[in-house]
Amino acid sequence: MIWINIIVQGILVGGLYALFAAGLSLIFGVMRLVNIAHGDLIVAAAYLGWFICRVAGLHPLMSLFIVVPLAMLVGYALQRFILNRTLGKDILPPLLVTFGLSVIIQNGLLELFTVDSRKLNAGALETGSFPLLPGVDIGYLPLLQFFVAIAVIAGLQYLFFKTSLGRAFRATSDDPETAQLMGLDNRKVYAWAMALCLGVVAIAGVFLGIRANFDPAIGPSRLIFGFEAVIIGGLGNLWGTLIGGVILGVSQAIGAQINPAWQVLAGHIVFLLVLAVRPTGLFPRMTG
Amino acid sequence: MSDILLGVENLESWYGDAKALHGLSFNLKRGEVLALIGANGAGKSTLLKCICGLLPKKSGAINFKGENISALVTSDIVAKGVALVPEGRRLFPSLSVEENLILGGNVKRKGPWSINAIYDLFPILNEKRNQPATSLSGGQQQMVAIGRGLMSNPDLILLDELSLGLAPIVIKDIYSLLPKITGNGLTAILVEQDVTRALHSANQFLCLQEGHISLEGKPKAFTKDQISAAYFGM
Amino acid sequence: MSAFVSRSTKASRVAMPLALILAAVLVAAPFWGETSTLRLLGEMMIYLALASLWNLLAGYTGLVSIGQQAYVGIGMFTVVVCTVLMGLHPLIAFPLAGLSAVIIAFPVGKLVFRLQGAYFAIGTWVMSEVFRLMTSTIGALGGGSGISIPTPMIKAIAVDKFWREATIYWLALALGVGALALVYGLLRSRIGLALTAIRDSEIASSSLGVSIKKIKFGVYVVVAGMTAMIGSLVALQKIRVSPDAAFSVNDWTAIVIFIVVIGGIGTIEGPIVGTIVYFLLREFLADLGSIYLMILGAVAISIMLLAPKGIWGYVAQRWNISLFPTGYVVKERSE
Repeated sequence: MIWINIIVQGILVGGLYALFAAGLSLIFGVMRLVNIAHGDLIVAAAYLGWFICRVAGLHPLMSLFIVVPLAMLVGYALQRFILNRTLGKDILPPLLVTFGLSVIIQNGLLELFTVDSRKLNAGALETGSFPLLPGVDIGYLPLLQFFVAIAVIAGLQYLFFKTSLGRAFRATSDDPETAQLMGLDNRKVYAWAMALCLGVVAIAGVFLGIRANFDPAIGPSRLIFGFEAVIIGGLGNLWGTLIGGVILGVSQAIGAQINPAWQVLAGHIVFLLVLAVRPTGLFPRMTG
Repeated sequence: MSDILLGVENLESWYGDAKALHGLSFNLKRGEVLALIGANGAGKSTLLKCICGLLPKKSGAINFKGENISALVTSDIVAKGVALVPEGRRLFPSLSVEENLILGGNVKRKGPWSINAIYDLFPILNEKRNQPATSLSGGQQQMVAIGRGLMSNPDLILLDELSLGLAPIVIKDIYSLLPKITGNGLTAILVEQDVTRALHSANQFLCLQEGHISLEGKPKAFTKDQISAAYFGM
Repeated sequence: MSAFVSRSTKASRVAMPLALILAAVLVAAPFWGETSTLRLLGEMMIYLALASLWNLLAGYTGLVSIGQQAYVGIGMFTVVVCTVLMGLHPLIAFPLAGLSAVIIAFPVGKLVFRLQGAYFAIGTWVMSEVFRLMTSTIGALGGGSGISIPTPMIKAIAVDKFWREATIYWLALALGVGALALVYGLLRSRIGLALTAIRDSEIASSSLGVSIKKIKFGVYVVVAGMTAMIGSLVALQKIRVSPDAAFSVNDWTAIVIFIVVIGGIGTIEGPIVGTIVYFLLREFLADLGSIYLMILGAVAISIMLLAPKGIWGYVAQRWNISLFPTGYVVKERSE
């Protein structure tokens, strides 16, 4: 029964990893950009949530109503004024600029909030649970987090395939030059994509903050978890990313059960196995 | 002169350091169908791309409806009423036939063309409306590309190599529909490898040779030999 | 009038004797410099070496790795294994580090080469994390907190402190110059010509039968080996080796990237300029702590957006200079 509980908890945490990954997947799909600062932005969102909760006395979930729009604004500006200038045939500029951003964000957070770890307090939500099976308790928070992940991915899928903005994303991703002939301004399309990405990042960040302690240095590992979920699930497939996140969560949970020090390592090893055996991932829809 | 829709003055353009167009100047009146002929590399597609703002390295004036559009970005030029049906069709593989057409109408302008009008013109597209655009045959894809161009109700439509990679009978079908497209007074520039077909469909022509205009005027005013000479630069 | 092919430039002919004088001064440093100066110069050489190698990978081979710290760490832990576990003379660890890294680079490379572009970059980072986490769990290597190289082993390097510092310094100097020489030699060779062709157009060069994959893999493995040798030297200098420090992204990759980007990516002279600029900035700004690092990041971003060729790239293009020419120029012999 312990193992069933481990696996269930792993599945639920996989939802959070899928949230980390969804933004990465979206941006890579639309503009072939990988944002090295992605994880740091998630942490920054967590800090923004913490700050707003402190100042306005809000419940963390309520803070989402402020954090998400703010983050979207930042995303739009970031893409429009900085990242758009890095796009092109050369892979170096986006990589190096986002790497520089990662350094700036980490150190900026360090300056503003010190190295002490923080947490968002969601009250009763964090401790409440119900028994699914004897020995298997489902916490309200992990369950909510999992459903939010599904809702976000479903929302993104709907947006991509059923709205005019999604049509613009797909067309610009297919052929940026011809997309301009449709009256689409690539600069704005990319900026909207990044705004959307940071909206998802904001949700991920707040849930990260509620779930566990966070400090300025944990950004890169969030990026890596998101990245691993994307690769395991398969490029260009958001539902695949959810499955990837779940596989990662379960691997880490099993690893932690064997030896707590092996938690993260277990996830890496499963990732490497998938890379070795099925490099395109489990359900790929596009090539890297 | 308000009936001049497009006025090009001394247009020069470069690919890197290589000059592609050398001081081109010509006028296009409303309602005219201009055939743009010339050998490969003569500069035909380059000229169309310049008009659409897809080539940044250029000098000279491009006047559309009295306004100089040479410094505008492509999306703004398209909004003003220019549409390009690109060489090789360039349909969006991730979009269905209908989505490609709808996207063509992204720029909202008044005019006779709507999605139903396109389906009237090309009934086969209605049957295949939800299929991925690139799963259609070459000729059908060309219809989608033309329909997509018409959806923005342009004042000027640029058709780049409609016959590229298509079987003769398909080309014949498409060209037979051309009068329906230009019949409403739509001004068009037609780039074509097939010189005879191009000159047959147009009432004006321009022959490019290595980035220069080597001959221009009404097709009927010249003999085959004269046009050949201009085409090959003899 | 007849033509001949030249491989040197005016600037390089002037620079060569100057470089030799500079080299002599540097070699003699233990005799004219204090310990602190020696350590600073040694550190500069180490970063120059790391930067030249990273530049070879990213600027010339198109492999942007943010995981080279994996090999620095492997080099450092090779020293630990040699001295603590096997009781060997520490200087043997030096070539052994290179060898271990080359061996490890084969399976690692095979894995990460399955990824492209930015995903390759993150993949290299993941590999480094794997090594960090693995070494943290091995008690014999000191576990999470690390282990120190035994004093007798350090003393075995040389007769007394002066010669120890000198030896470590000379090794660092050799690595710095060696890395430059390796990069320069490689780029002047046929492999270098292939790399430049690959950089200009992968499609065109692959159609000429250039085996891109093999060349890229080969460069990756060689760079891994040399990076580990640099790591082993760092271990001898720092004495204490811990997984977090050995496999630190900030210490071994972020700074290196900064140096290469500011100096000029894709040029041989770039890392030299970048190293000097970095150490100058560190001298004046390090007191600012995190703000200093933010400034470094902002400078790197600005350079990438405004002057992507870096300081040397700009200079070289503006005044058409090349100190380490690798090309072929057809000149006319005046009769």
